Amino acid sequence: MNTPASSITLSTLQSIPGQSIQKHFGIVSGNTIRAKHIGRDMMAGLKNIFGGELKGYTELLNESREEATNRMIECAQQLGANAIVNVRYATSSIAAGAAEIYVYGTAVSI
Amino acid sequence: MVEIVITIALLVAGYFTGSILEKNHFKQIEKDEEAYSHIILHSFEELSFESPVKSVYMVSHGTVISHDYFKRFVASLVNIFGGRVTVYESLLDRARREVQNELKKQASQLGASEVSNVRLETSSISKHNTQNQTGCIEVYAYGTAICYEKQV
Repeated sequence: MNTPASSITLSTLQSIPGQSIQKHFGIVSGNTIRAKHIGRDMMAGLKNIFGGELKGYTELLNESREEATNRMIECAQQLGANAIVNVRYATSSIAAGAAEIYVYGTAVSI
Repeated sequence: MVEIVITIALLVAGYFTGSILEKNHFKQIEKDEEAYSHIILHSFEELSFESPVKSVYMVSHGTVISHDYFKRFVASLVNIFGGRVTVYESLLDRARREVQNELKKQASQLGASEVSNVRLETSSISKHNTQNQTGCIEVYAYGTAICYEKQV
């Protein structure tokens, strides 16, 4: 998640409202692959009997998304961009117990 | 014999705890929906108001939920005859509404009055190799929170 303190503005829109795009830098992306934790897995097994939210997984996936986003931001900073527009997330499971999180967008300067 | 007893015990436990948890979750969701009803969530690429924009932030949240033993049992029965799996519909409904509430919460903390271009994504996290499939579903939502110069 983009914190207000971050120097890069993220947006899922095609532009930054109220600003005009000066220059395009092309696509930037970040990814991370996370495996499940055995302790969390056991807890998930228990939860499967009773149902409900799996806090451990929620945390894990939110952390992973944040990491992928940070990698994308780093990539954009290296290019000299100050905003990323049209950000999209994608998730794919590559093996049993591991998931890839991918985030991509267009780096621009405003 | 022992296996049958264990299965029945799990079914009963799943049914009672599952329905209590679901009821409480729905109550919480309805409370949150009311609390954040002033924030608009939409999937257009445009803004709803034509006033000058102060700043934009990206907000996102994901949640992972699992079904209970009873629901899985009912779903496996439905799998034989086909038809609507209503037990899972409520499960996904809960997850989707919760992430939307969380987006609204984050937006209101940032002082935004709408979240534009919201995308919802669903993925299933499950063990493929085991006979006893654990079904976890992740719902993820993200969008752009818009803060206007004048509060609208």
